[in-house]
Amino acid sequence: MIRVQLREDYSNLIFYLSPLVAVALTLFFGSFIFLILDLSPIESFKIFFISPISNSYGISELFVKATPLAIIALGLSYCFKNNIYNIGAEGQLTMGAIFGGGIGLLFNDSTSVFLLPLMILFGVIGGAFWATIPAILKTKFNTNEILTSLMLTYVALFILDYFVVGPWKDPAGYGLPKSMPFPDAGRLPVLIDGLRVHIGVYFALIICLITYIIYNKTLFGFKLKVTGLSSKASQYAGFKYKNLIFYTFIISGACAGLAGLFEVSGPIGLLYRDISPNYGFTAIIVAFLGRLNPFGIILSSLLIALTYLGAEDAQLFLKIPSAVGFVFQGLVLFFLLGTDFLNKYKVFIK
Amino acid sequence: MQSIVEFKKIFKSYPGVIANEDVSFNIKEKSIHAILGENGAGKSTLVKILYGHVKPDSGEILINSDLAIINSPSTAKNLGINMVFQHFSLFESLTVAENLILGMNENISLSKLKDKSKTICDKYGFNLNLNSPISSLSVGQRQSVEIVRSLLNNPKILIMDEPTSVLTPDEISKLFKILKNLVKDGLTVIFISHKLEEIINLSDFVTIMRNGKVVSTISTQNEDPATLGYKMLGYKVSKAKQVSDINSSKDIFNIKNLSTQSKDPFTINLNSIDLNLKKGQILGIAGVAGNGQKELMEILLNENDYEFSGDIIFKDLKINNLSTFQRKSLSISYVTEERLGHSAVPEMSLSENIFLSMNHKSEFKKGDFINFEKINSYASDVIKNFNVDTPSYNVKAGKLSGGNLQKFIIGREIMSNPELLILSQPTWGIDAGSEAFIKKTIVELSQKGVSIIIISHDLDELLEVCHQISVLYEGFLSNPLNVEDINITKLGKYMGGLFD
Repeated sequence: MIRVQLREDYSNLIFYLSPLVAVALTLFFGSFIFLILDLSPIESFKIFFISPISNSYGISELFVKATPLAIIALGLSYCFKNNIYNIGAEGQLTMGAIFGGGIGLLFNDSTSVFLLPLMILFGVIGGAFWATIPAILKTKFNTNEILTSLMLTYVALFILDYFVVGPWKDPAGYGLPKSMPFPDAGRLPVLIDGLRVHIGVYFALIICLITYIIYNKTLFGFKLKVTGLSSKASQYAGFKYKNLIFYTFIISGACAGLAGLFEVSGPIGLLYRDISPNYGFTAIIVAFLGRLNPFGIILSSLLIALTYLGAEDAQLFLKIPSAVGFVFQGLVLFFLLGTDFLNKYKVFIK
Repeated sequence: MQSIVEFKKIFKSYPGVIANEDVSFNIKEKSIHAILGENGAGKSTLVKILYGHVKPDSGEILINSDLAIINSPSTAKNLGINMVFQHFSLFESLTVAENLILGMNENISLSKLKDKSKTICDKYGFNLNLNSPISSLSVGQRQSVEIVRSLLNNPKILIMDEPTSVLTPDEISKLFKILKNLVKDGLTVIFISHKLEEIINLSDFVTIMRNGKVVSTISTQNEDPATLGYKMLGYKVSKAKQVSDINSSKDIFNIKNLSTQSKDPFTINLNSIDLNLKKGQILGIAGVAGNGQKELMEILLNENDYEFSGDIIFKDLKINNLSTFQRKSLSISYVTEERLGHSAVPEMSLSENIFLSMNHKSEFKKGDFINFEKINSYASDVIKNFNVDTPSYNVKAGKLSGGNLQKFIIGREIMSNPELLILSQPTWGIDAGSEAFIKKTIVELSQKGVSIIIISHDLDELLEVCHQISVLYEGFLSNPLNVEDINITKLGKYMGGLFD
């Protein structure tokens, strides 16, 4: 029989070290995957984790992928700290892209310097708007936010679908389900000419710093912390849980919307069906791997971004499906949850 | 009648507490035997030992005069001992019959089991449809399922842990009828309760426990709720100490005609409660647990917009609809019964726990930012002035002992200069030194003009510090009794619901 017992004194140090343990375990067990596929683990890991970032193009791509992941995960951390499980960042990202991108298409002959800021603003509003729906459902009808936010993701994806095959289809696009490209004034400036890394990186860092300050120095951060640890103590302190649900949903939706807008006005440059390779879902892993700590999230976003790049290279050079990247993301999450569990509980086997 | 169970010098301790000490008494065959005691008196531990759920440190149990070594519930069942727990263990989505068959040790077909259960239900008047899912049943019916499940094992002894705490009055009388019939047919029932009246009505014998020890085992024939309550609480004639006169006649806090009408069977409804508190007065609210203390405290705190009728008035201001935050801002302070996870967060530092309760004070904030410097110095003051034994205010609250944390929490509230302090079980489960310190602090505070309400099960504590004591009984609050002329018999009567 297996018996599980809460540890009275679980270690904070191990809590922060467990992502490293999880990554190590992922590499260890990942090597078996390569062995089963008759590939040398060392060579494969080189292709997976080192060769993608061995040149400036690769490093730029790393930041391109890490930027949306970090921005979304930072937003999600507000919800998760508050024990609110917003699983719908992918939908909020999509809504941000529709709102912000819509502005870009509406003023498609604009050359104004205000176009991009307006698109960013609408991207943020779009994501926040989409996140308000599960917040209202949760506070008014006590609906489970995991289900509603997830289901709304698919609604958002269908809305995007409708626009790119319907009213916003590019008349000169040979019937392909995509919009016209945004005007140059609506494109996100790149940091280095010829590479795709864009100013979203700065936004990610600024959001990270602001989040750090909010979590550690402000009343709002304190409210989130207390509520996450004990809802009864939060009531005793006089905090209004319903307001916190709204604020955290809106913040995380706004971040996801921002990331969505950056994707379409940055690397993509127009609206089409597959604007996000599941950034909104993968950011959940990023947030937890980064221990909901803003700086931790920056580090974990880089690591998870690497699995995206590695998967592409693995497909090219090793002839294995790029889904291996998702396998690695899944393994990391699995081992992270495992180490957290073993840190919190003792297991006896009789 | 001979004894079916004999407890001999049972001893059981947990870290920091002695749950059972030298417990010896006998239970007669074919009787209903109640075990009475306050929360924490050791009743549950004792029956769990009998059921093999807990291992005693020492002592013996004889069943039918034979030494029985009961290592597990399954050995207990083989000896004919069955138990119905306070919290049921039923599968919500399965039917009654399916739940019953899951409890069977022997192999039996579902149809045979249904026949057998049907006979039991008909014979004793359990009103159960064997094919309905558990989720559709009332709490009383669920309890019936648990009892029938036990009866299917042909027990000699049935243990019931606070069987009536979840039932409506109607369901209780039904249960009593069933239990009496079962005893006629040869069963012995052991039941735990702290409700005096039902013990008189139902049981033949009662064992009274206090602080892990047996006070006495008596026949209930010559007892009434008052005498029983008196024995349970172990009234010591400790006269009120050092409580000075109240030198003001000004009412600071009033409750007028407060009632609740909750449909939740797990709550006690309050019935037109009136309460007046003067400046500098300490009022104790006594009573056996589960008579409305929890509900009254919830309304005083107003954390969840608990619905009620009537008025709550603080300094001539109606505060009925004011939130916890607003009430705190009016200088009402609270110390809740639960320390960890309610009035303090164990995972947070002592400093952070200061801010938990003091976040309404502008001096601890700079706009939306927290002024940690001020908070830390406040925390140091609390630690120093209230003898909290801790190396620093950065220590997590969960690392402190119960007594130390309670001193810290009470100190935190007192240092904010409240005008009204409401405490629930302020010395529950803490060491004697901290207890004495807290009592002294409360008395000194009232001398400075702070009004205090203490909700407590501990009569000794109330008699020691309060000016007046009211008793809560099934949602009714008695008139206040002055501590100087409190009379033991009267208090006993009040505890049993016999107010003037």
